Amino acid sequence: MSATALPPGGIPARAGEQEPSYLTWSYTVKDWLLTIDHKRIAVLYLISISVMFLLGGFAAMMIRIELTSPHGQLLTSEVYNKMFTMHGVLMVFFFLVPSIPATLGNFCIPLMIGAKDLAFPRLNLLSWYLYTIGGLMALSAMIMGGVDTGWTFYTPYSSVYSNGNVSLTLIGIFIAGFSSIATGINFIVTIHKMRAPGMTWFRLPLFIWAHYTTSVIIVLGTPVVAITLALVVVERLLHLGIFNPALGGDPILFQHMFWFYSHPAVYIMILPSMGIISEIIACFSRKRIFGYSFVAFSSIAIGVFGFLVWGHHMFVTGQSMYTGMVFSALSFIVAVPSAIKVFNWAATMYKGQVWLTAPMLYALGFIGLFTVGGLTGLYLASLAMDVHLNMTYFVVAHFHFVMVGGATLGYLGGLHFWWPKITGRMYPEGWAKLAAGISFIGFNLTFLPQFVVGYLGMPRRYHYYPAEYQIWHVLSSAGASVLAIGYGIPLIYFLWSLKYGEKAGPNPWGAIGLEWQTASPPPMENFHEIPVVTWEAYAYDDETEHGAQEDRKDMPGTEAAVRQEAARDTEEGHPQGHPAAE
Amino acid sequence: MEHETIHPAAEHQTHHVTQPKVYYIVYCWLILFMALTIGASYINMGGGLNNLVAMTIAVIKAVLVVMFFMQVKSGTRLTWVWAAIGFIWLIFLFATLGDYMTRNWVHVPGW
Amino acid sequence: MSVEVAEEHGHHHDPHLQHQFQDMGQQNESYVVGMWTFLVTEIMFFGALFLAYTIYRGENPDVFLEAHHHLNVLAGGTNTVVLLTSSLTMAMAVYHAQMKNRSKQMMFLGITILFSFCFLGIKTVEWKKKFEDHHVPGPSFQYEIEGTAANKGPVHLSPAVETKAPASTKAVFPKDTVDLEYSAKAQLFFSLYFAMTGLHAFHVIIGILVMGTLFFMLMFKHPSVDYYMPVEMAGLYWHFVDIVWIFLFPLFYLIPSS
Repeated sequence: MSATALPPGGIPARAGEQEPSYLTWSYTVKDWLLTIDHKRIAVLYLISISVMFLLGGFAAMMIRIELTSPHGQLLTSEVYNKMFTMHGVLMVFFFLVPSIPATLGNFCIPLMIGAKDLAFPRLNLLSWYLYTIGGLMALSAMIMGGVDTGWTFYTPYSSVYSNGNVSLTLIGIFIAGFSSIATGINFIVTIHKMRAPGMTWFRLPLFIWAHYTTSVIIVLGTPVVAITLALVVVERLLHLGIFNPALGGDPILFQHMFWFYSHPAVYIMILPSMGIISEIIACFSRKRIFGYSFVAFSSIAIGVFGFLVWGHHMFVTGQSMYTGMVFSALSFIVAVPSAIKVFNWAATMYKGQVWLTAPMLYALGFIGLFTVGGLTGLYLASLAMDVHLNMTYFVVAHFHFVMVGGATLGYLGGLHFWWPKITGRMYPEGWAKLAAGISFIGFNLTFLPQFVVGYLGMPRRYHYYPAEYQIWHVLSSAGASVLAIGYGIPLIYFLWSLKYGEKAGPNPWGAIGLEWQTASPPPMENFHEIPVVTWEAYAYDDETEHGAQEDRKDMPGTEAAVRQEAARDTEEGHPQGHPAAE
Repeated sequence: MEHETIHPAAEHQTHHVTQPKVYYIVYCWLILFMALTIGASYINMGGGLNNLVAMTIAVIKAVLVVMFFMQVKSGTRLTWVWAAIGFIWLIFLFATLGDYMTRNWVHVPGW
Repeated sequence: MSVEVAEEHGHHHDPHLQHQFQDMGQQNESYVVGMWTFLVTEIMFFGALFLAYTIYRGENPDVFLEAHHHLNVLAGGTNTVVLLTSSLTMAMAVYHAQMKNRSKQMMFLGITILFSFCFLGIKTVEWKKKFEDHHVPGPSFQYEIEGTAANKGPVHLSPAVETKAPASTKAVFPKDTVDLEYSAKAQLFFSLYFAMTGLHAFHVIIGILVMGTLFFMLMFKHPSVDYYMPVEMAGLYWHFVDIVWIFLFPLFYLIPSS
């Protein structure tokens, strides 16, 4: 692949020997499996999460193949039930919830705030082990015969009647929940207490605001689902029936307690992605995020309101009509902060210098697809519409738009954006743009037909359907194949780039942010000296209170500083291309 | 309830140290409130009022433990905020009761 | 939101200062905030069970009132005193940790552990009685009410059970018109009782393990316990366990008749 043309202000790698980075200071297994370095833990998570994603994707593949024919040709009904349960469980609990926080969050947060590590490094390592153990338990349950309750585990089917490996799966999810809580606690304390001098709250990157809110949601919501799922296990194993109607229990109570977490969980999945989008758009528009404080507060608003809308999953299952009305109104309100973000991102690009790199393509895709997903959520929030649309493919399409078109696209964009920082290598830009395009096309082809077929009445979780729906399913499955290629290509070139990718300098994108002021990949302790922050967030070349050039002249890693360094180097007779971070 | 704070000799620790006297006084109050709770349960004030009394006393005891034994009163504001948020968030969870209380308001067929 | 100093204090390097922190003040605050954040998760964890309890008691007030008479108020009350006292001794242990008095720390930790065992002992006696009375939910559950024609015999949970479909599937609050056997609803009470006191007892056991570990570390003069923070964090946890019981006791043992 040809050399990557860097955006203005991008600094190429310097030639010659570099000091050992966090990747190279030791190669032993012990130093990886017992590491307390947040960067290594992020890499460990990246590997585990990718494995889970592939397995969840395999289940999706089976579902889509099965659905090409109206009468089921590949899977029996029981196996089909197990397949969509596996897809849901692995994707929700083991991919979407941890993906961005545990990989990019773990890696970038200390760097972005100018800290040497997270507040509790050993807790961080524990969280990875908990995730892995929980994941292995869930996978064992799948291998030992699977679970057929759906990822929502509604009672009393899951607590009394199902013959699958429900308990084992739930214990695995329970343990992974504690992994998530550990990460949340770590981030909250780190962001409160370990910011570099001068890094006030309103100078923080929006990525940090997003992760802070996400961590608060994790801490407040995950325990509720943990105890709920534990009660199902206890009911199965010890017959302490809380949700069993035969004992006067109420199955709807399970749903209340389950969705009290699982709705905020979707904000856990999307907020970090939104944080990434803010970073990418600011960098590749060369502009400060428009309405920074609005975007920051909208994250908080999403976090708070997100806890007040869980009943919209239960409009038709038996909760009171009045409660339904309240939840419907609140669900409309919760869309507003997300819309604010979308407007602000668009306004950021206006009159900016837009540079269409692969991360930027993913970010633009996010904005479009997330908007569609969010708007279709409003349809579902309307009580009368939901009576018709609930439990159809319309719901499936809605959440895949926000979760795949939103969260996953943001994750991929973030991986591309910070790949040079994490690995010290550039990925091949041409292939990356191609893959972004292919996955965008594949995504739309997969999920747009699902809106149609859902509206026409196709129920979810069924694999037998009337013949007139077949055309939509076939289109959707064809799209899924294209989407799979779109995901497969990055997998290949990311691995390729580890050995053959062009070496990256500390700041290939010319971005503003503390993480770009240290080497790529960073040394183990992140910074040789803790920086003192005197500039505003996203102080790119546009109007700021102090004047952008003034702000940036003492900030290493930027164009202005590079010129200064070069001038000084020439004077002092040092070699050119000296990275400013040293 | 007054308490003196002393700054321990060790450097870097600017932690307030609550005096044992405070702990003993709070403990006496806790035992007293406990006795009050048990006593009140034997007086029939009507179910609603009994419940209110019992829960109020429990909340007072919890606040005493949080403020003094857990040293939130002499701690940082961030600690106090977190302690408060945990209990406040329970209120969101208890909004579930709204469903149960309104289910029977108007009988709508099939709903 | 304190602003920390960029340079490191080379001369005052406290041996307990972890590499990621700038100074002990930052470290101590971080540990306290971190522990409180964890306790917030515990509040939500137990809170969900309190929610279930509130709903079911609201729906079945008579059953709960009647069933709770099988609980021993004396045992519950004694346990409350035991836990409150253990909270006091734990607070004293933390005080002596801050005063760097090793022997007094050990003494108070030891007393706290003894009280915890006392709590568990009384709990075991109570549970044993439940077991003998066939009040443990499950296939062996049997519930009798004196003077009324209540259901005798176990309620089976296997799928073969014919659930009597009640006239209305809505649970009504507060008058119950759901047509289910009394004993089934009593089983609900005992399920909640065992779930909540069981989870609480599990937390007491964890507390004993943590305090025991600290006790032994003090005994063997492990360097980590020169520093008061581990004991303080254990103290915060223990006080939380006490608070849960403060609510559990009146809710289960002191249900008022209306």
